[in-house]
Amino acid sequence: MKKATMKEGIALPKTNPRWGLEEETENFAQKVKLFRQRKLSDDDFRRFRLQHGAYSSRLRMDYSMMRIKIPGGEVTPEQLEKIASLSEAFSIGSAHVSTRQNIQLHWVQLEDVSEVMRGLVEVGLTTREACGNTVRNVMCSPFAGTCADEAFDATPYSKAIARFFLRNTMCQNLPRKFKINFACCEKEKHSLVRIADIGLVPAIKDGARGFRVYLGGGLGAASFIGHLLEEFTPEDMLLSTCMATIRLFDRHGNRENMARNRMRYLVHETGWEKFQKMVLKERTAVQMTLAPATIKKFDVKAEEDTRQLPKAPRMTKLPMLNDQVTKSSPAYERWLHTNVLAQKQEGYFTVFVTLGAGDITASQLRVLANTIRELSVEGVARNTPQQNFAIRYVKGTDLRQFFDRLASAGLANPGALTIASAVGCSGTTSCNLAITNSHRLAKEVQKKFLELGLDTDDSLRDSTIKISGCPNSCGQHEIATIGFFGGASRVGGAMTPTYTMLLAGNASELGKAVMRVPAKRVVATILKIIELYKNERSSGETMSQWIDNVVKGQGKGTIKDAEGMKSALEQVIQLPTPEVDPDAYRDYGSDSRFNAKTARGECAA
Amino acid sequence: MSKQKNRSASKQANSDTNQGYVQLPIVCTADNLRMLIRKRAVRVVDVRRQEDYQKEHIPTAVSLPLAKLLQDDSPEKVVEILEKLGISDSMPIVVYDDTFGALAARVAWTFQYVGHENTALLEMTFSQWKSLGLETETKPNEFPAANHSLRLNKEIFADASYIESAKGQTDKILIDSRERLNFLTEHIPEAMNIPYTMLRSNGSILRDPAELKRFMENRGIPVDSEIITYCGSVGTLSGLAYYALKLAGAKNVKLYPKSFKEWKALGKPKEEFKDANYWDLSAE
Ligand code: SF4
Repeated sequence: MKKATMKEGIALPKTNPRWGLEEETENFAQKVKLFRQRKLSDDDFRRFRLQHGAYSSRLRMDYSMMRIKIPGGEVTPEQLEKIASLSEAFSIGSAHVSTRQNIQLHWVQLEDVSEVMRGLVEVGLTTREACGNTVRNVMCSPFAGTCADEAFDATPYSKAIARFFLRNTMCQNLPRKFKINFACCEKEKHSLVRIADIGLVPAIKDGARGFRVYLGGGLGAASFIGHLLEEFTPEDMLLSTCMATIRLFDRHGNRENMARNRMRYLVHETGWEKFQKMVLKERTAVQMTLAPATIKKFDVKAEEDTRQLPKAPRMTKLPMLNDQVTKSSPAYERWLHTNVLAQKQEGYFTVFVTLGAGDITASQLRVLANTIRELSVEGVARNTPQQNFAIRYVKGTDLRQFFDRLASAGLANPGALTIASAVGCSGTTSCNLAITNSHRLAKEVQKKFLELGLDTDDSLRDSTIKISGCPNSCGQHEIATIGFFGGASRVGGAMTPTYTMLLAGNASELGKAVMRVPAKRVVATILKIIELYKNERSSGETMSQWIDNVVKGQGKGTIKDAEGMKSALEQVIQLPTPEVDPDAYRDYGSDSRFNAKTARGECAA
Repeated sequence: MSKQKNRSASKQANSDTNQGYVQLPIVCTADNLRMLIRKRAVRVVDVRRQEDYQKEHIPTAVSLPLAKLLQDDSPEKVVEILEKLGISDSMPIVVYDDTFGALAARVAWTFQYVGHENTALLEMTFSQWKSLGLETETKPNEFPAANHSLRLNKEIFADASYIESAKGQTDKILIDSRERLNFLTEHIPEAMNIPYTMLRSNGSILRDPAELKRFMENRGIPVDSEIITYCGSVGTLSGLAYYALKLAGAKNVKLYPKSFKEWKALGKPKEEFKDANYWDLSAE
């Protein structure tokens, strides 16, 4: 056991215990045996397996993707180290940060799932209810607690809500999965509160804490933006509001039609005003019947970080986060500019660690864990919906050392907070429903962008690229400036992996589908859009503003609207004939003809 | 470390002595080895590269780089090597490496194959030995040549044709000890995967036997089945798996030392899985 280095003013490192349960481990092992002996039906076993956080891997029922919940996105160095060794022993030697703050281990043999669970329980973690028709991992903005605009830190609320609903009998068999996201503030860039079943933003009214609650948002074949329940929901109604919403969903949600059973369809079909009234009425009922014992189980205080973090030392010279950088700037300066943000706590900084589509090796995880122990005064990591890690409470004076540590493990790539940090779901690397290799494509985009130094271009900085391997949106393509979802189409007579491109999505507005692009032309298409933007922009207009205007039909240059954009891109999406370039018709990572194969989905979203 | 002690203690309880030599368990603890070294009742074999041996090694160790053994690992040649290292039939041998035990395992298996039953793996690698501050020396060691007989232990050996003949027999289990992605890409038909990375624990080249046993149980492998291990090329990773299975209590384990490299070269059938791009998950 490594000893946590003592930091001035902090008695103990933060822990994140008690999510996992030892007995579930043994139980899982037993169920696998029964299933193998055919004493448990496929359907019963599947339901059980999903409830415990294990998906079947792509076209292989004998392997699992295990989804480790990171409630509120907070994970300790010890937990990261355990994940590292479990990934080496039982998975593929790397772990994967998902877009909903889970950490996933792929291609775990079904017979070893219980062993991974055993290891996770040792450090307090769980995969329980990470999949299936349950309350999924409760997310919290990685900025919560450090954001200058927040009303208060939402982190302990997110963890208390997560703990309250975990294994709670009221949500063991919902019509469908249920997602709860917390933001830091209304201004949060890339916030996910309006695409969740319940989205919560901390607010203060007359000096009292509360939330702005959004209901019924979500991405998928049909996507919706959440509705604001009421101006202000006081803190003491947080639990009853969540319970009321889940109860309504449980009672009225569609259990028949798999394609329309998320709560957003219920909201849509009921009509918002009616649904809103139902929630408020149900909440009154919940409040009248809430037993004190139940209320006690919702314990925000228990999740609070009560440690007094010391003040950061005053620096004579602040790091130059806002200086202009270029491709040829020193690596450290470029990284500072694209990966580091100042916190509201003076002298402290949050460092974002750039991963490729969320992938990190076991040895990198270990280096990261040690660096956190030594150089983050908070002493924990947060994983981000952009599939990176955020390490907070780093002193300005330690940033250089932090960078050097990351660099020693190949983790010091720039671009985490820029367009270069492309998001990609697992796609055909492991998902049953995937049509295309979105995961690799996101890495290709990142590689190309870093090579070209596009991370240093501030006019692109507020644009995002997100890629899903099918219409299911795990890659959150609908809220990207430029989003893609995978499909298959006939091009020049050959089945070809293609992506539908959506433009102008953001936290409160969904992107509009514009055109299809062959997989191997996606990188070129994005680069072309950047080129068009540079030629067409009005002064001071960022790329995401320009794309917004164009999609709204308000383009001020030669490209007026989405149609105009489409024609301008017509050339770049053309493929040579299959005879001339057969590779152009294949997907990334494949050397044979494209063949869209999928299996029964277990709703990998 | 304390678990390790218990493991060998229980094994040693029923160990017999032969010409005053102790009979070693599968894995020899550091404490046990230090005691045997003090008594000069063991031959320690260092299978790292010659240069590494010359820099520093465990006291009294002789050098036998794996590569040298593999130049010609015909049984006659191996016996010649044993004799040159001054090893007689029942002298205990403890083998170590710095490659998580895999090279040591391959050498230990070879000794046992030519009939030197009394061979054990050191519980840890040389780096771990050093990090515990245990004694080392720099002077090379040589011992007077000894006589060693050749009694082939065919029971622990498998070749390609043996594996082919085992096809379809449910009481014969083939284990591929390569990493998961290599296994998924291609493997010998019917093989199960136990990646070598599953076998080690913190500070020890092999896990606690109870854990290894549980892994087998989880996979539904009865301890009394016949198990054949193989890996990618020369039987190192599968050598380690061989000893892990023995430690877990499997009675009848065989190693296919020429492994998948030969299998492929012979053009034998393979099972492949091409419907997923799992390699693109790797962060390297
Ligand atoms: S279901 Fe679709 S969007 Fe979700 S991980 Fe699979 S391929 Fe990606």
